[in-house]
Amino acid sequence: MSQPLTYYDEMKNKGYSRRDFVKFATMMAAFMGLERSAVGQIAKSMASKPRIPVIWLHFQECTCCSESFIRSSHPIVADILLDQISLDYTETLMAASGFQAEEAMQHTMNKYKGEYILCVEGSVPVEADGVYCMIGGKTSMQILEEAAAGAKAVIAWGSCACNGCVQAAKPNPTAATPIHKLVKGKPIIKVPGCPPIGEVMAGVIVHLVTFDRIPQLDALGRPKAFYSKRVHDTCYRRPFFDAGLYVESFDDENAKKGYCLYKVGCKGPVTYNACGVTKWNGGTSFPIQSGHGCIGCSEENYWDNGRLYERASAFAGFGIEATADVVGGIALAATGAGVLGHAVMTNIRKKDNIHMLEDEGKKEEKELDH
Amino acid sequence: MAKKYVHIHRLRRVYTWELPVRLYHWLNALVMVALIVTGFYISNPLVISSHQEASNRFVMGWMRAIHFIAAYIFFFNFIFRLYWGFVGNKYANWKQFIPTGKFFFKEIWQVLKIDILQLKGKEHLSVGHNALAGFIYFFTFIAFGIQSLTGFGLYASMSNWWLPKLFSWVPAILGGDIMVRQVHHWTMWFFILFVVIHVYLVFYHDYVEGRGETSSMVGGWKFIEEEAFQKDQQTAPDRRVLTDEKK
Ligand code: HEM
Ligand code: SF4
Ligand code: SF4
Repeated sequence: MSQPLTYYDEMKNKGYSRRDFVKFATMMAAFMGLERSAVGQIAKSMASKPRIPVIWLHFQECTCCSESFIRSSHPIVADILLDQISLDYTETLMAASGFQAEEAMQHTMNKYKGEYILCVEGSVPVEADGVYCMIGGKTSMQILEEAAAGAKAVIAWGSCACNGCVQAAKPNPTAATPIHKLVKGKPIIKVPGCPPIGEVMAGVIVHLVTFDRIPQLDALGRPKAFYSKRVHDTCYRRPFFDAGLYVESFDDENAKKGYCLYKVGCKGPVTYNACGVTKWNGGTSFPIQSGHGCIGCSEENYWDNGRLYERASAFAGFGIEATADVVGGIALAATGAGVLGHAVMTNIRKKDNIHMLEDEGKKEEKELDH
Repeated sequence: MAKKYVHIHRLRRVYTWELPVRLYHWLNALVMVALIVTGFYISNPLVISSHQEASNRFVMGWMRAIHFIAAYIFFFNFIFRLYWGFVGNKYANWKQFIPTGKFFFKEIWQVLKIDILQLKGKEHLSVGHNALAGFIYFFTFIAFGIQSLTGFGLYASMSNWWLPKLFSWVPAILGGDIMVRQVHHWTMWFFILFVVIHVYLVFYHDYVEGRGETSSMVGGWKFIEEEAFQKDQQTAPDRRVLTDEKK
């Protein structure tokens, strides 16, 4: 029996040189924010370790995560991590279909029990016994349960799998549910974003391969290497924010000058992602660089949390949408009116009382003088 | 009604608010105003047109710096006040704020009837806080807590110090910073409404009762009817409370 191929073997087969391979390892180390010694570690792991089997499931989603992944700036990411090596089952990209495909998945699940990584793209609809998303006669919930049972770890790709995304927006008719609410007892790595940045996705996989354990996660279960800073903290327009210089509308003079987009609804200050550093499309640009505010695509509930082009989030209530300041202003006016009314009442109804108390006070003063 | 007060009250000077309570109060008032003003600016910065280069300006930067400095003072001051609720005199004690029995609600009702609805009846003459005020302060303490939790929850990711980092679970529970900022902003309005009502009622009590309510937070002294003071000491004696009279 031949030795299972390593990542490096597969790369060589694909025609990549040693030089390409080392460049790839270096790039990955940089994206992950690791020190230089990690480059060797990554290269060594990829040259010695057999590929990790991966099952990649698609539920309620738009496949933008897969798209982002295969368009990651370095061709090796797409070629090696996805195309050649790891994917034992993925509905979108595999050649097999129907019975054959399902069998391939069963095969991986049995053969690599406890070893394979389960990647999930999309949310799971649980309403109406899960009929809204069925594959091969099974509901997505059933498929998820089966696949998660033997997985070493679960990666939730994108905002769908992490938070439910747009299909979970009110009133969420299919009860679209994120993975962490359904899978218990397995390490889950959340990689939110709509989609997540390809390099970030590759970085998570490379981390798993290199260090044989899941990356360090923050309180929300996201890899710290990519999600510990807000877009705002790495945004090149930040000096304008700090200076108090803002775009007031998209066609004003300030917009031309490249001022901060805070007041036209930029959600950078509340969004944790690597867009400002890693950027998109091979480091070409990112939304803010092209003049549009961040919409907070990697944050929970960004689709329902207020409007995209306004700073203050509005809440629906009393049949209209109102911001805190509108409600607060009305409450303040009402309070002022109440206070005023009370003061008038006090003067009318307690006039006698006040006289009495004043007289009393005077008398007492006199008495104390004696 | 006047006939009810046939006998003449003697007023007694009672040292109600100890110095730490007064310092807490004014420090809190100061930083609260700073937090509200800078908070408004942070949430919706004014258009200040300028021909200066960005590198020469730091308006939002200063607003945020003031907000965070005031936030630390606010927080430690708040913690101190909680502590003082256990070691201070009876008028500062936590039992003034948290209902511990039926009498508390009875007194609240009485205050509501006389002071707020202005019905006729016998005035409740308390020495420290009346029960209704105390109960409302209880809610302000909760709001202080909410504001500290959400504020430091937001601040956690901007800081490397362990103290703010202790609060990084807050955004996790509320589902991200967007929600935390919402809660933080809505809670601010509670304080604004509170300040309006609080200041009004202080003046109201001073105006109607003439016991030195307003100045009591400056010097600590209130002018209390002998009768009310005796009753107050009987129900919960506290020998630490200073008064004018030698015993
Ligand atoms: C009475 C107390 C406070 C009031 C009234 C207040 C008010 C506000 C307001 C209105 C905002 C803008 C929120 C928005 O619309 O997005 C804000 C932001 C903020 N506050 Fe407070 N705050 C208070 C206490 C605190 C405390 C104790 C902290 C703790 C560090 C804090 C930290 C913050 C932070 C980090 C922000 C976000 C600033 C940014 O991202 O640029 N606040 N505050
Ligand atoms: S454009 Fe957005 S992310 Fe950039 S500084 Fe302004 S508010 Fe922050
Ligand atoms: S800038 Fe904001 S909305 Fe755009 S991709 Fe990054 S996190 Fe998503």
